Amino acid sequence: MLITETNLPAPDDFYEALIDTHRDLSNEQSQELNAALILLLANHLGEMAVLREALQHARASVAP
Amino acid sequence: MGDIDFQAMEFAYEKHADQEASELARHRVVIVGAGPVGLTTALDLARQGVRVVLLDDDYRLSTGSRAICFSKRTLEIWDRLGVGQRMMDKGVSWNVGKVFFREQEVWRFDLLPEPGHRRPAFINLQQYYAEGYLYEQASQEPNIELRWKNKVVAVEHGEDGVTLSVETPDGAYRLHADWLVACDGARSPVRKLIGQESHGRIFRDRFLIADVKMQADFPTERWFWFDPPFHPNQSVLLHRQPDNVWRIDFQLGWNADPVEAVKPENVLPRIRALLGPDTGFELEWVSVYTFACERMDKFRHGRIVFAGDSAHRVSPFGARGANSGVQDAENLAWKLKLVLAGRAPETLIDSYAVEREYAADENILNSSRATDFITPKSDVSRSFRNAVLNLAKTHPFARSLVNSGRLSLPATYAGSPLNTPDADAFSGRMVPGAVALDAPVESRGAPDWWLGQLDGEFVLALFCGDALPGRDTLQALQALRLAPVPVKAVLVAGPQCDLSALPGELPAVIDREGCLGQRYDAQPGTAYLIRPDQHIAARWRAFDAAAVAAAVNRATGRA
Repeated sequence: MLITETNLPAPDDFYEALIDTHRDLSNEQSQELNAALILLLANHLGEMAVLREALQHARASVAP
Repeated sequence: MGDIDFQAMEFAYEKHADQEASELARHRVVIVGAGPVGLTTALDLARQGVRVVLLDDDYRLSTGSRAICFSKRTLEIWDRLGVGQRMMDKGVSWNVGKVFFREQEVWRFDLLPEPGHRRPAFINLQQYYAEGYLYEQASQEPNIELRWKNKVVAVEHGEDGVTLSVETPDGAYRLHADWLVACDGARSPVRKLIGQESHGRIFRDRFLIADVKMQADFPTERWFWFDPPFHPNQSVLLHRQPDNVWRIDFQLGWNADPVEAVKPENVLPRIRALLGPDTGFELEWVSVYTFACERMDKFRHGRIVFAGDSAHRVSPFGARGANSGVQDAENLAWKLKLVLAGRAPETLIDSYAVEREYAADENILNSSRATDFITPKSDVSRSFRNAVLNLAKTHPFARSLVNSGRLSLPATYAGSPLNTPDADAFSGRMVPGAVALDAPVESRGAPDWWLGQLDGEFVLALFCGDALPGRDTLQALQALRLAPVPVKAVLVAGPQCDLSALPGELPAVIDREGCLGQRYDAQPGTAYLIRPDQHIAARWRAFDAAAVAAAVNRATGRA
């Protein structure tokens, strides 16, 4: 079951780190970084059911 | 002795008595198409005692190297048909693949990391050699009658078979086949004649094949580059073939002009960019291809059965085209033989369709996924692809996502109606429906291979450990031979077992290294029923003649 309530202890710290990680990258590099991040996190999670839920929520957020 | 130039061979058309017969000539099996699949089907049927007529509209074998990667499973099938060693002797064996991204190697994989198999993961061999050796074997087989320049132009489907109209240099004639096997390729004329088509995806990409003859010191491995400096934004695949010929596939993209792309002035710079300016080479063969992943909805239409590219097509990454066609041939041959002999109902042929349509779906799925990785269809797909390749250098998890082709493995017919589901507990890979794994064994005092014992009939393998089974069991094993569908019993004994008391007619092997027992999760008493195509039909922890008979009935469509 995908957690959608707040689960990050310091949300602002994470968000800042996320944006900082992209600093000085080209758009293409940023796209590849984002993709790498998704792949790393997906592998860490390792649960297809949770991942499918996340994929559905993510898609619904842009194409309801 | 030098090699035969199979590409230059021309086969004479010969007029056959059927063409002037006053009555319609009748044959049990007619096969259309003398490619690797048609020839394999013909050889398998012929060796099982079925006479076949093999028609081909041409008078030559394959032009160009075409399908070059023949899998372990294909070699095992050809071993059973007596032609595997010849392929091995000429072919280049390989197990290792390497993947490069931009300037760096990101992954190296071994497709056969364990010893104890007779055959390697793959050999590379030009299709004309493979066809040439199959042809030579077929031409020595009295049960096969090859007719060149015989073009099927009409088929009439009846209850008891198919009537064909065939055009020859001497005009047209008709013949009747109880069964027609269409191995006539991706553009299958037989498929068109019965108004059927394949459905699937066409990929909007073009690839250039260049076969290059050169002295080079690349190792005998499959090398795949994503976005290399010498061919930016595209992929390149390098394979070694016999005779110092190297296959290079350059991805060109959809917008490439196929006529311009094959001109030497456009091909040579691409090759020089890969090899460097100092490597001398000659161009052997150049071609541009596009590809599709598609299949017929049904592989059986009454008495017409489709096998190989006529039934299904895949993209070339994964070597799943010719290899799956050879597996079609093997699946069909024993079933047709039993049906023709009246030992199995005609519905057994439906299981060919069920099993091979399942296998085709698996092949299409694998090759479509590889194609989507190699040829990303969108910017974001390319970003993910590149991210996988970037991560693969240092993060093992990402290597499992790298997809330069999931190389051909035989399908496990897990849901097949021919399987007897397990009633006893087993672990390991040898589930009902799987292809029997090979292992080294000792037979009549000499080193041998397990698959060599599975030679085209049903086999009941009984693992007996270090003590021979009792007399009753031995008699029951011998009696299996006398059943309507004969079963050959093979005893698999441990190294301490005294085989001298064994009745002479009962074949036995010694599992000296314990490798076979381990691969089959065997204990003393374990029994496996293996189909003529070397797929597992059933397994038990103890031998029971009635259970074996029931499983044979099931595996032959009689239950």
